[in-house]
Amino acid sequence: MLKSLKTSLAISLLIASAGPAFSEGLGLGRTATIDEVSAWDIDVRPDGMGLPEGSGTVIEGEEVFAERCAACHGDFGEGVDRWPVLSGGQGSLTDERPVKTIGSYWPYLSTVYDYINRAMPFGESQSLTPDEIYGITAYLLYMNDVVTDEEFELSKANFTSIRLPNEDNFFFDPRPDTPIFKATDPCMSDCKPEVTITSRARVLDVTPDEDDGGAGSID
Amino acid sequence: MSDQKHHQASGTSDQHVSAGSEASKGPSRRSFLRAGAASSLAMGAGLLAGNKAAATGDPAILELQDWNQYLGEGVDARPYGTPSPFEEHVVRRNVSWLTADPISSVNFTPLHDLDGIITPSGLCFERHHSGIAEVDPAQHRLMIHGMVDKPLVFTMEDLKRFPRENHAYFLECAANSGMEWRGAQLNGCQFTHGMVHNIMYTGVRLSHLLAEAGVKPKGSWLLAEGADSSTMTRSIPLEKALDDCIVAFAMNGEALRPEQGYPVRLVVPGWEGNMWVKWLRRLEIGDAPWQHREETSKYTDLMADGRARRFTWVMDAKSVITNPSPQAPLMHDKGQTVLTGLAWSGRGTIDRVDVSLDGGRSWHAARIDGPSLNKSLHRFYFDFNWDGKPLLLQSRAIDSTGYIQPTKSALRSVRGENSIYHNNGIQTWHVKGPGEVENVEVS
Repeated sequence: MLKSLKTSLAISLLIASAGPAFSEGLGLGRTATIDEVSAWDIDVRPDGMGLPEGSGTVIEGEEVFAERCAACHGDFGEGVDRWPVLSGGQGSLTDERPVKTIGSYWPYLSTVYDYINRAMPFGESQSLTPDEIYGITAYLLYMNDVVTDEEFELSKANFTSIRLPNEDNFFFDPRPDTPIFKATDPCMSDCKPEVTITSRARVLDVTPDEDDGGAGSID
Repeated sequence: MSDQKHHQASGTSDQHVSAGSEASKGPSRRSFLRAGAASSLAMGAGLLAGNKAAATGDPAILELQDWNQYLGEGVDARPYGTPSPFEEHVVRRNVSWLTADPISSVNFTPLHDLDGIITPSGLCFERHHSGIAEVDPAQHRLMIHGMVDKPLVFTMEDLKRFPRENHAYFLECAANSGMEWRGAQLNGCQFTHGMVHNIMYTGVRLSHLLAEAGVKPKGSWLLAEGADSSTMTRSIPLEKALDDCIVAFAMNGEALRPEQGYPVRLVVPGWEGNMWVKWLRRLEIGDAPWQHREETSKYTDLMADGRARRFTWVMDAKSVITNPSPQAPLMHDKGQTVLTGLAWSGRGTIDRVDVSLDGGRSWHAARIDGPSLNKSLHRFYFDFNWDGKPLLLQSRAIDSTGYIQPTKSALRSVRGENSIYHNNGIQTWHVKGPGEVENVEVS
């Protein structure tokens, strides 16, 4: 009797010391209203989840693009200065300087809708209507030769039927992809015959405070 | 002796308090007398300085400095302290040609000016997509919804009522060293390796918040979203979210800095910095990744064959010698010197760091000093007698899983030169002699 009491006491102490009973919850926070969730839940997925009602044609999109997007991205999505290039680049991914655009690189069209909706235009985000975003997205498909008819209309209904050409060229992270210690003992002496310098930062000379000219980009 | 010191100290404060005060004439007179005594001493010192020819030695010793003689500012002058004006060169720096403008851009931690393992809050590199959001914490909310039993909203006050934890974690941008894939480019470890910082975070376990909402059995992914005008999002597998992610509101003992996501950010230990969503306002549970811009167009690693790796989350073991380095060359001639650097791994702790002085022909074990914490920066030193000849310095980290930091050529042979992200290759610094170090690569 005493023993079982001791045991149950020990168990309850154990539960107490293991931290709060999260299965029951701590009673913190409050329930979100349906309107609150829909105000913030703007994300769109490749399967179409999150797409709003609406539609826009290539021609309609071209007009909005010229007014709201072209100052940075160029009239045809070619990019101004270092602002992102949105079109072209097909077949360049194995080049020395690949051009990664919606047409050449992006795997999913839903990313285009989602990103324009949440973050564009730069400095005036969430100011475009669903119809405008469908139109801009249709125009970008046209500029990337994914659709060829300028009468094409993109809508919630036909959105997931559009596939981007590079979708199949992504694969899951295979790292570690270089030797690990358990397989290879790291060399400590006489590891190579002689050492010569093969590359110097000085040659490019792009370090700030010296010459802000620039070469290459981190994206 | 100590009494005398105490007396002098209180005399000094008397001088401050009594200035212009009728009520404290006595102390004022005493201060005057003491000041008179001090000026005759100063005259003595002046005579000493005038007779410089007679005195031999260091002027820093032989001559009286201002701070040896005059009073400094009082305790009200600096309610929030800042570094000495002599340290004003220790700042974050931008590489302006990297990005289209400084709003959606990045700057770099001055690693060569720092020591130990904790990065000072004001020197942690910044990466914003729409500038620094200045969020009013009273108006900030964190929402959890999607595949949960009960969608919830938390205020900052609510978040601070969950059990808190403290952890030091490094945050490294996946593009750190990304400019070096095609060869040595930038002269300075601030620019080659400065997209990393190490902070002591205070926050609450993400798993506690999720338990409060109740994740439905089919929930397997989490979308984290920020409140800035880029409303930046990343998909995180639920397994990681429940494992060790933290919702943090403090860094290095004080509230997060606005640049680091004030009032609350996500901490995703060991994984690429882009996932550590700042100004965190929304967590949605789903059954598939969202494939948003930062996990498709960006933060995917293009291989030489034109295919690309996705979901390359973990930061592999890496190290860099911070001193000497191009911005911090050896300023003395041959003799005893200190080489130091940082090592880290997103898979655990650092077991060992080796240092080479000859471009990787031979290696010596470095000394790891200070705490060796999980997924945190480690500080290493190599104390040696420099013969004054040119050096080709390298460091090589081995982490607790046995992963060995690879050479840059080993990485390129597997990945090519266009992957931008996850360049953790061994860095080489060419010490040419006193005062000059260059970023190079070697055979």
